[in-house]
Amino acid sequence: MTSSEWPLWEVFVRSKAGLDHKHCGSLHATDARMAVHMARDVYTRRQEGTSIWVVRSVDIVASDPVDKDSLFDPAVDKVYRHPSFYELPPSVEHM
Amino acid sequence: MTSDAQFEARIAAGDFIEANDWMPDRYRNTLLRQISQHAHSEIVGMLPEGNWITRAPSLKRKAILLSKVQDEGGHGLYLYGAAETLGTSRDDMIQALHNGTAKYSSIFNYPTITWADVGTIGWLVDGAAIMNQVPLCRCSYAPYARAMVRICREESTHQRQGFESLLVMMRQGTDAQRSMVQDAVDRWWWPSIMMFGPPDDESPNSAQSMRWGIKRFSNDDLRQRFIDATVDQAALLGVTLPDRDLVWNHERGHYDFGPIDWAEFHRVVGGDGPCNEERLAARVAAWDEGAWVREAALSYASKHPAQQVSP
Repeated sequence: MTSSEWPLWEVFVRSKAGLDHKHCGSLHATDARMAVHMARDVYTRRQEGTSIWVVRSVDIVASDPVDKDSLFDPAVDKVYRHPSFYELPPSVEHM
Repeated sequence: MTSDAQFEARIAAGDFIEANDWMPDRYRNTLLRQISQHAHSEIVGMLPEGNWITRAPSLKRKAILLSKVQDEGGHGLYLYGAAETLGTSRDDMIQALHNGTAKYSSIFNYPTITWADVGTIGWLVDGAAIMNQVPLCRCSYAPYARAMVRICREESTHQRQGFESLLVMMRQGTDAQRSMVQDAVDRWWWPSIMMFGPPDDESPNSAQSMRWGIKRFSNDDLRQRFIDATVDQAALLGVTLPDRDLVWNHERGHYDFGPIDWAEFHRVVGGDGPCNEERLAARVAAWDEGAWVREAALSYASKHPAQQVSP
């Protein structure tokens, strides 16, 4: 059993022109080119994509779930950030 | 509130749990066991059907089978990926498969002795797998649920190609081909309904898995649903399911069925099925014989560190 596992990559696929790349999973590959080739075989066998991004999993910096409240709660009471906060006469309903 | 209580509250509220969220060790270990065994099943499941790729009866059937087996490999990879988010490594999981500490679905320890076995696996084995897997798309552990959404989308193709392959043989084939289909159904029916696992009163981990939203329906419920759905399909196909006790029960609104040979199930799970040794030996050989490729690729990458992808 070898102890040298291939590095892990995260795969993002753009399903069609005009849409964002979306995370769809991960895979192991030794380098970027192999990661793209393997992502094509693993994640786009049924025309699910027109473009692939791969990035080493260790290079992704993520927010800590523990910080969820301090990061995101301050937005909860700022309802005035949403258009529905403002009541307007029916004549400008579609503003 | 303790972490445990917070976690239970999230589950009760129908929240999804993500990889970096706090979770109890038992939840993590239950998922690790289930997802890795599911991944192993997909990978080992390539073997019985792979047996027929070079002998498929037409180029069309060969292309279909090849793509199906490739899908199973892909499913294994999605699932290994989901399991790795829980903090295990790919190598550790593969080692556990190879040394026998991790299981895979017992169904793959049966041989594929005729071409009709390929169609029957698609219809019954993939059909049973779909029945098991669709509820997992709503599993509380989100990376597993997301992998399952992708898998279920593809499994539908697998079941339909199997049924269609059998239908062609039953409707356009010779008597010999029709009896080959019936023989395959006779051999695969009981192992297929065993795929849902032991009866509920003998499945000790089920209740906790259901409380945690890992499992949504019990083994017996899913088995009943599968049987109810399959009887009409068998009639359409023109085959007989090998169970004399299979009869519609008006009161229950379900088909009754005969006793399942759980001794056989436990024997095959325990390692004494027709192909257990052969399957594991094939996996170990593939891993060992591929070692030089894995090493060579790593070595190449280390000598070309800044390699860019050409557009």
